Amino acid sequence: MKPDAANTADGMAAERLPHYVSAEPFDPHIVEAMTPQQERFYMASQWQLMWWKLKRHRMAVISGVLLIAMYLSIAFSEFLAPYGHHSRHSDFIYAPPQSVHFFRDGALAAPYVYGFDYHLDMRDLRRVYTEDRGKVQPLRFLCHGDRYFFWGLLPGDLHLFCPAAGGTLFLLGTDRLGRDLLSRIIYGARISLTIGLMGVAVSLTLGIVIGGIAGYYGGTVDMLIQRLIEIIQSFPHLPLWMALSAILPVTWSPVLVYFGITLILGMIEWTHLGRAVRSKLLALREEDFCVAAMLMGARPARIIGRHLLPGFASHLIATATLTVPSMILGETALSFLGLGLRPPVTSWGVLLNEAQNINVVALYPWLMLPAVPVILLVLAFNFLGDGLRDAADPYH
Amino acid sequence: MLAYILRRLLIMVPTLLAISVVIFTIIKLPPGDYLSSYVAELQSEGEAVDAQKIEFLKKEYGLDKPAWQQYFRWIGGLLRGDLGYSFEYNVPVRDIVGDKLLLTFIVSFATVLFTYLVAFPIGIYSATRQYSWSDHTLTLLGFIGLAVPNFLLALVLLYLANRHFGISIGGLMDPAYLDAPWSLAKARSVLAHLWIPVIVIGLSGTAGMIRRLRANLLDELQKQYVMTARAKGLPPFRALVKYPLRLALNPFIADIGSLLPHIISGATVVSVVMNLPTTGPMLLDALRSQDMYLAGSFLMFLALLTVLGMLLSDLALAALDPRIRLTGGRTR
Repeated sequence: MKPDAANTADGMAAERLPHYVSAEPFDPHIVEAMTPQQERFYMASQWQLMWWKLKRHRMAVISGVLLIAMYLSIAFSEFLAPYGHHSRHSDFIYAPPQSVHFFRDGALAAPYVYGFDYHLDMRDLRRVYTEDRGKVQPLRFLCHGDRYFFWGLLPGDLHLFCPAAGGTLFLLGTDRLGRDLLSRIIYGARISLTIGLMGVAVSLTLGIVIGGIAGYYGGTVDMLIQRLIEIIQSFPHLPLWMALSAILPVTWSPVLVYFGITLILGMIEWTHLGRAVRSKLLALREEDFCVAAMLMGARPARIIGRHLLPGFASHLIATATLTVPSMILGETALSFLGLGLRPPVTSWGVLLNEAQNINVVALYPWLMLPAVPVILLVLAFNFLGDGLRDAADPYH
Repeated sequence: MLAYILRRLLIMVPTLLAISVVIFTIIKLPPGDYLSSYVAELQSEGEAVDAQKIEFLKKEYGLDKPAWQQYFRWIGGLLRGDLGYSFEYNVPVRDIVGDKLLLTFIVSFATVLFTYLVAFPIGIYSATRQYSWSDHTLTLLGFIGLAVPNFLLALVLLYLANRHFGISIGGLMDPAYLDAPWSLAKARSVLAHLWIPVIVIGLSGTAGMIRRLRANLLDELQKQYVMTARAKGLPPFRALVKYPLRLALNPFIADIGSLLPHIISGATVVSVVMNLPTTGPMLLDALRSQDMYLAGSFLMFLALLTVLGMLLSDLALAALDPRIRLTGGRTR
């Protein structure tokens, strides 16, 4: 024995820290622990993640709100519009927009407009309207005005705002029959806003079914469908739309024409969606979960619908959102050419048909105003679609 | 490369055939034909019908035969360069369309050129200055360019051009040159009128092109090799042009395939508004009156134009990027 050695060992033991055992229960995962925020992030569903990411895209959110407001408005068109969309005012043909004033004699006043005076300009052969400062016509709110049938069913005459008794209120001017343009735009939203959605519904269905078949089966079927898509895409859409809508019989009722047009728009626009579905399916069907489903004997329709589609539904929605604008512009162009919807129906394209003439631009520029909601709508769908596309990839 | 060109040319044949079937079907879909509605119209007005002429036309163009025979007659004629007969104008289609096809071609070509010349610098500019004020402004302008219905833009530009530059309203040339033979002065007049339709038709395509070029270039600029190039001190311009731009250019050329149908669509509406002597207004009338040879031959020509454009873009792409011609077919 070497007492020295023992001594030194003892001495070292004395210098050593006391043995420490934590009283807390041992948790081997402590290094992987997350803050509550992180946990919330990692446990969130895909849709939750998308929503968070979308919220940060400011333009997309603003566009979304605008779109919701626009779509809500079509539920109450009759109430929102100051006049009926067919009410004519033969004394006020091509009247310019009246502006709303809030101040009178330097003091805040209830909103009002000035009435019109007009004289005939015999040189240009047109009516010239001037504001008559003497005729002060305060707006009325929640008032009784033109009678209407709410959604064609319930009779009513309540409007959000209407002109003073005996006065006029043409905030965006009138057309060649003296119809209030603002009211017609509000009514036109019903057709113009829904036609894009209906068309997208048609093309979504076609795109999912045809693209799904191509992507799932691959091989010859895929090749044939790919060629078909290429042919449709290589053809200029508008002449094709024109040719197809020239087919619609003139005798059809406006409602039938409306459905015909949506069908035509959808039948040509599905190719983008079909391609998106196909390429995603081609990649996804090689995944293990898909093979597992196949081995368990699930039928193709179930595999596509239950296992594959939800995997890229977000992408699909984004692509669909981005197809809406071209349909809206398509309807506008067709109606503008007189091949789309026809006059008793009021859509923004039909309204723009009135602005076909260069004289209109020179003399009655307000007739081009229906283009403003069209532009806003298309912009909003583009921004929202962009935001959705970015958000569809939450981990990117 | 030769094999690739051959393969690509071969694919064109069934494509064009399929398109011709589609066009024929669409034109044939409405009940009746031009002659029967023409006869009905004459009879309702109490006018005498030249039965002999109708009978002759019916025979000559096989309108009494089943549809498939009519189709083969039409397509056979097209192959021999016979575009058929316009019932509405009472002359062979070729006599009506010749000049218009040329003008359509000029307008389309000028529009493609415009799109490239404008989109290229702007796309690069806004990608290299991402999120700057100029980038935001250009992006917003691009979005608006996509959203404005082009017929409306055409109207407004026409009005402004007439008001401020004194350019005659509508048409592709000064009215004085309408029936004049081609000369230097006429060509100059066409050039002076061409810019409005070119801007109007090209705007949405340009806007889309800018956005795609910007996105592609941004993707490339974030890659490691660009950082390496910068780190080793390559001048910024060379670090942009040498590789990232070349890679980002790929879709730029591939896009001509989708650009052409777009341009022709736009040109159809715009030419109706601006009363351009291109194919638009005539196609519209022909479709309305079921003048089947006129409409069909027009549509076929438009299809040929786009298919040729796609062929050119594919060839250019294959020349630029060896991966494409080796694997065959475009992978996107």
